[in-house]
Amino acid sequence: MAFRAAVITFPGSNCDRDMAVALEAVSGKSALRAWHGDADLPDNLDFIALPGGFSYGDYLRSGAMAAKSPILRAVVAAAERGVPVLGVCNGFQVLTESGLLPGALMRNAGQTFVCRTVDLAAVNSQSLFTSGFEPGEHLRVPVAHHDGNYFADEATLDALEGDGRIAFRYVDNPNGSQRDIAGVLSENGRVLGMMPHPERAIEPAAHASLGGSDGRRLFENVIAGLVAA
Amino acid sequence: MKVRILVRLKPGVLDPQGRAVHHSLDSLGFDGVDDVRIGRMIEMDVADGTSDEALNQMCEKLLANMVIEDFAIEKLSNQAEHA
Repeated sequence: MAFRAAVITFPGSNCDRDMAVALEAVSGKSALRAWHGDADLPDNLDFIALPGGFSYGDYLRSGAMAAKSPILRAVVAAAERGVPVLGVCNGFQVLTESGLLPGALMRNAGQTFVCRTVDLAAVNSQSLFTSGFEPGEHLRVPVAHHDGNYFADEATLDALEGDGRIAFRYVDNPNGSQRDIAGVLSENGRVLGMMPHPERAIEPAAHASLGGSDGRRLFENVIAGLVAA
Repeated sequence: MKVRILVRLKPGVLDPQGRAVHHSLDSLGFDGVDDVRIGRMIEMDVADGTSDEALNQMCEKLLANMVIEDFAIEKLSNQAEHA
């Protein structure tokens, strides 16, 4: 399968290369790159990734400026056509700021930047991203963020839970996120935003000191799902 | 025309920064502070005659995140600003 993935780079992105390396490691195909000022994405994409970092220096609010950049109009249009989109960390913030995902990511409740490997519980096992996970299964994935405190109003949170749109919860909440939410899916399940960094956990288990390989499974799920489709 | 925009967290939204600052004020010995909320102030120079509708749109589309924040727009007279 010709897996065509694009990684978007904003000024201040710093996990874009890690994301491209992860995508290539899992798919065997090198990822295309797109720049924030581009009006168009590469043609016929199978997958779009918004990476972590500090786009536009986190000016105004994390992800706010990137959400208004030219490339995001193309990303929103692609998402509306059903192209899968993964936003990690700052990419998750961009997805909420752009309206592709509900809620907002506020300053961590403890005020401090949190940088450690955390346990996630898989919640949804039905989406393209999560189909290979058992509900309740634990994954070890690193987090590194200052604004990861997921907020949405109660009605939105109830709807997300009722519709199976919580992808992951923290086992031990590191940032005050409502209902321990670590990752959220769009209504059609084709857009996933998550604060933890699966692209930092792709090395084989022998290299557990490099973050383990639980994150790799998320990318494997995507590729397996796209091949099957 | 000078315009001042105050962006504040909505009343029900927990403000961890405000709470930390409140705690610091307490530890400095300032009594009687009941609550601290932190927001953002944005000052803009805009063309005279910029409509309220346009200012509202600026706030809703970019300056405030309507999921968690409210905004208030204050138009300042030029004379007052130059004084």
